Amino acid sequence: MELKKISKNIYEIPKQGNMNVPARIFASEKLIESIKQDKTLQQAINVAQLPGVLNASFALSDAHQGYGFPIGGVAAFDMEKGIISPGGVGYDINCGVRLLKTNLTKKDILENQDKIADAMFRKIPSGIGRGSKFQLTKDELKKILEGGSKYMVKKGYGIESDYLHTEEEGCMKNANSSNVSERAMKRGIGQLGTLGSGNHFLEVQYVDEIFDEEKAKRFGLKKNQITILIHCGSRGLGHQVASDYIKKMEEKYGIKNLPDRELVNAPIKSQLGKDYISAMSAAMNFAFANRQLITHWVREELKYFFPKSKIEVVYDVCHNIAKFEEYIIDGKKKIVCVHRKGATRSFGKGRKEIPLAYREIGQPVIIPGSMGTSSYVLIGTKKAEEISFGSTVHGAGRIKSRASALKILNSEEIGKKLESRGIKIRTGSMKSLSEEAPEVYKDVDEVVKVVDELGISKKVAKLKPLIVVKG
Amino acid sequence: MKYKFLPHTGDIKFRAFGSTLREVFENSVLATVEVLSKKEKIKTVKVKKSKIDGKDNESLLYNLLEEVIYLLDAENFIVSKAKIKLNETSKHADVEFYGDDSKKYKDLDSIKAVTYNEMFVKSLGKNKLVAQVVLDV
Repeated sequence: MELKKISKNIYEIPKQGNMNVPARIFASEKLIESIKQDKTLQQAINVAQLPGVLNASFALSDAHQGYGFPIGGVAAFDMEKGIISPGGVGYDINCGVRLLKTNLTKKDILENQDKIADAMFRKIPSGIGRGSKFQLTKDELKKILEGGSKYMVKKGYGIESDYLHTEEEGCMKNANSSNVSERAMKRGIGQLGTLGSGNHFLEVQYVDEIFDEEKAKRFGLKKNQITILIHCGSRGLGHQVASDYIKKMEEKYGIKNLPDRELVNAPIKSQLGKDYISAMSAAMNFAFANRQLITHWVREELKYFFPKSKIEVVYDVCHNIAKFEEYIIDGKKKIVCVHRKGATRSFGKGRKEIPLAYREIGQPVIIPGSMGTSSYVLIGTKKAEEISFGSTVHGAGRIKSRASALKILNSEEIGKKLESRGIKIRTGSMKSLSEEAPEVYKDVDEVVKVVDELGISKKVAKLKPLIVVKG
Repeated sequence: MKYKFLPHTGDIKFRAFGSTLREVFENSVLATVEVLSKKEKIKTVKVKKSKIDGKDNESLLYNLLEEVIYLLDAENFIVSKAKIKLNETSKHADVEFYGDDSKKYKDLDSIKAVTYNEMFVKSLGKNKLVAQVVLDV
């Protein structure tokens, strides 16, 4: 395949064969080499073949091979001719991150680091094989599916600014719980308030570096302040919604003309397309509610150690979603369906979707690093709206497989290494520690440098972990 | 060899083998169980019966493995192995899943979903079949 360098940090595979648009890759020279190693580029080409795809199929600097779409993939579709694809959203619908700020400093945590780590680990479960301690009735679950974190706050699990500082104000209004299967509900009903496994985690961090004083101040961040990052999604409920609709779309539309069976899709305006969108939105609300309940428990736990602690949500962003957003295309305003699979919305100032507190400056973008490395707070830009459908990266992105990680890295050594850097790690599974070791991911600093240089989001602050609770 | 794992950047990929389709499917369950259990031995103390259907061999396999994941999430039941009665023409399987209460095991993993990515079920010659599956973890 032909891969052309267009300019610094931008590569393109020109439109050819069945492609409707080119594939565009945002990466540095170093990162493009790792992206070439797996099927990322082929998957970006496959996405470029889908009906109604607009401008280009994108792979961002954290991209790696997924299923159907690459992870770190973005594509926007025309509302009339375009499609919606569960594989373009991913199985973990609204996997995302929520950043909390506190009135605590690094010193406060260091004095009780082990005790706080133990307490957080006890309070915030991974939930694998045992579920959550939080019991729900089916009726309540349906209300959560339609009300998201807004509903949780109404029930007493948070404060108003929690959901106001969340993408979509913590509630997708077009959610319809009756399009979520019994099976999906049964998988999710016992899992609210759990992290899940894999790369999901909760970190207690401190602000290590500020890149933009003014913006950091607006986000309420200053050096050595304690922040908490919650990374999780819609658990089994969302996974089942994705599986259910992949099957339904296969039955209805077949898979004959697809470059990859995982790219099965439905026209946006078809009944099945609409049903999926309303079910996906319900799963998104479940994920918002999940992060809300975990926020509530973090507050409870920190209150015990610090009775005067004050914890507020900076922002909560989605990584795996499809949404309807307005862009200027060929000089005309147009609503399109943006699929972000392992990508973060990155709106610049002025957009009505941004909470009032940030609307004059741009949306906070939160990028979790791999376990034990840095995370970043960035700010969304107009440039992103112009060149990447308002999207930027979502994390470090893998370079090595889990299986090879297990072979080359020993969990015990990784644990020791993190401890020696002053990071307390708590996990129910020492075995899976090596799967998430920093060595199996791309360098988050390099990934973030690319999007900062391109201007599709700009660096505001860098966060470093003190405590990691791994799902 | 019943199954083997292959390299994949983000997820878990395996191939399962057998002399019949039934065997390939039963071995695919074992590979999936190895991921969920992180190689810990799961006791066989309970049995759950399921009826699984598919449109083709791939979707039947997809639905079979999805049931293993579902049982863990929804019923706290960790599968140890499966016994399958297969009708290859109607793509229907009567399955007995053996296993245990998952709450008894401290260190289990979760699988988000079975995927169709790179999935195939094919014959390698006489009495030799193989299936490939990528699990999203």
